[in-house]
Amino acid sequence: MRYTIPEQEIMCAGHKACQGCGAANAMRFALKALGPKTMLTLPACCWSVIDGPFPYSSVGVPLFHTAFETAAAVASGIRAGLDMRGDTETNVVAWAGDGGTFDIGIQALSGTVERNDNVIYVCYDNEAYMNTGVQRSSATPWGAVTSTTPPRHFKQERKKDMMAIMAAHGIPYTASASVAYAEDLIRKVNKAKQITGSKFLHIIAPCPPGWRSSPEITIQLARLVVQTHMFPLYEIYEGRYYKLSMDPKKKPITEYLKPQGRFRHLTEEQVAEIDRQVDERYAWLKEQAERSKPWFEAKKEKKD
Amino acid sequence: MQKVMMGNHALSWGALLSRAEVIAAYPITPQTEVVELLSNMCADGSLKAEFIKVESEHSAMAASMGASAAGARTFTATSAQGLALMHEVLHWATGARLPIVMGNINRAMAPPWTIWTDQTDSIAQRDTGWIQIYTSSIQEILDSVIQAYKIAEQIYLPAMVVLDSFVLSHTNENCEVPDQDKVDAYLPRFENAYRLNTDKPAAFGGLTGPDWYYELRYKIERDIQKALPLFEETGKEFGEMFGRYYGLVETYKLDDADIVLVTSASIASTARPVIDQMRSEGHKVGLIRIRVFRPFPSELLRKLLSGRKKVLVVDRNISFGMSGAFYAEVKAALYNVKGRPPMWGYIAGLGGRDVPVDVIKGMIEQTMKEDHPTQDIIWIGVKR
Repeated sequence: MRYTIPEQEIMCAGHKACQGCGAANAMRFALKALGPKTMLTLPACCWSVIDGPFPYSSVGVPLFHTAFETAAAVASGIRAGLDMRGDTETNVVAWAGDGGTFDIGIQALSGTVERNDNVIYVCYDNEAYMNTGVQRSSATPWGAVTSTTPPRHFKQERKKDMMAIMAAHGIPYTASASVAYAEDLIRKVNKAKQITGSKFLHIIAPCPPGWRSSPEITIQLARLVVQTHMFPLYEIYEGRYYKLSMDPKKKPITEYLKPQGRFRHLTEEQVAEIDRQVDERYAWLKEQAERSKPWFEAKKEKKD
Repeated sequence: MQKVMMGNHALSWGALLSRAEVIAAYPITPQTEVVELLSNMCADGSLKAEFIKVESEHSAMAASMGASAAGARTFTATSAQGLALMHEVLHWATGARLPIVMGNINRAMAPPWTIWTDQTDSIAQRDTGWIQIYTSSIQEILDSVIQAYKIAEQIYLPAMVVLDSFVLSHTNENCEVPDQDKVDAYLPRFENAYRLNTDKPAAFGGLTGPDWYYELRYKIERDIQKALPLFEETGKEFGEMFGRYYGLVETYKLDDADIVLVTSASIASTARPVIDQMRSEGHKVGLIRIRVFRPFPSELLRKLLSGRKKVLVVDRNISFGMSGAFYAEVKAALYNVKGRPPMWGYIAGLGGRDVPVDVIKGMIEQTMKEDHPTQDIIWIGVKR
């Protein structure tokens, strides 16, 4: 088998992530693809801590820490500043958690992608406010327990469909990825690098303390979330054309839910409700992918 | 080149002549003409800059930070609610040591909705670490933008050029537009020694514990204090090149004055003829206009006000529960001076209420009648 993951390590050892942190893996893989000609901006999130305390940093590229709701706007500014100084090569990346993306940061993000500013926005999604001690965010899935959605009143709302919101802006490239599928993740970062305009990457990143799972099964969970269709891997081109990156035979949803303490309270009926939601969403995605096939074929023909 | 222009356009011209490279702004009355003219300047190529049309003032300041961190000279402008929305990011720009220059048009805060002037919006930002310059003429607005970059880029701190809404923002005056060559000589291209640089990767603004945070605050205070002599030096240099001198304060008929009126912005312009008139009536009155409010020119004010018989401060702002801000700060600056003069604090013109010549004269006359002030806030012309 040909090894496609770049060997160069840009993120270094000694970072401050918890054991088994999915977000640390996400950064490590993304930086391998992005390369050293990259600038990061980082709002309040787990990564504000993972990076390490002043004057240290665990990422080998310039990094601008910024306020919670400003990652996208700061990235727009860095891009404009670099362009004005004649540097159009360096990748400008906003790297934010789900709270800074789905919730407090959505206004600035919407502004940046509406202008189609030439930046890559990466949301590493651990499905709650993990840095402040596991409070629910709008990325928390239905049924999950967090410190603000206790078992007797678990999360009552479905996870916000951030991919669809980004697609609705009509940006050139939107993709989901998982830290369990590193080749796929790196391929998508590479694609984002080559496209001019706004790119949005949504990476699922399991969080052992928040998900109440063992650190050693992080990658397993990141694989199961895809295999159970809970977090499908797909791409959206120009906001309209959908492509499933893989279409695995669905594994029972319980295989993903069981190892996680945050779903332990769920009754069989409630698990069935999640299953129903997942199937509904996956069927819709497959429809979109089917509808988009002629567009991809036409694109392929053009290339040939 | 002589040009008749409004105060707002003087900000735009200031940014143009300073060769701003990135502008990020969001419209708000009464600031809109600033960015309208700048977008036109960018569109017709007279200003080679990236204009980021952001979706809010919060993002305007955030994008300005990004651009400045990337090493570009950055400009924005706002007013009132917009400035308040920026508040968090104003602190961030200071902590990140980014020499952004911003125009703020002093508009009173809502509710009730108003678009007229007072200084409460910018006074509320006085602890953010931004340099604050309060201007009193169209010419001074343009010149101050250039001077603000000159100082901000030496001490790596942001600066705000402040002007009264409508009284200055929408008033037209004749203005000397300096030659670009001369401005370039005064304000060379900025090379940020601490910009984001892939050849020298570093993290800015990361998690910092009590072992370092304290020192970083100390350094901000140490460096903003450096702006005090810099205002004098760069003002002198500016005067030698362009014939107009600006410092920390402007004085008018102060030398032998027993009674000194201290104020800022456009109220100072109205006060000048009052001083003339009262001088002709035989009263030894003089004027100090505080131009730079942050850093506060305490030492200079001690020098200028010690030994005077009476001082009255006229504020177009109110720090609720205390007094006018300029009054409180002038008083604080003089507290340890032996034989300090008694000080009267007048509030006038909030929300754009007119402060005409006779109102200012009335304040001086009232001060002359009293031996000592009896209260910290003297409201002028309140309908009770």
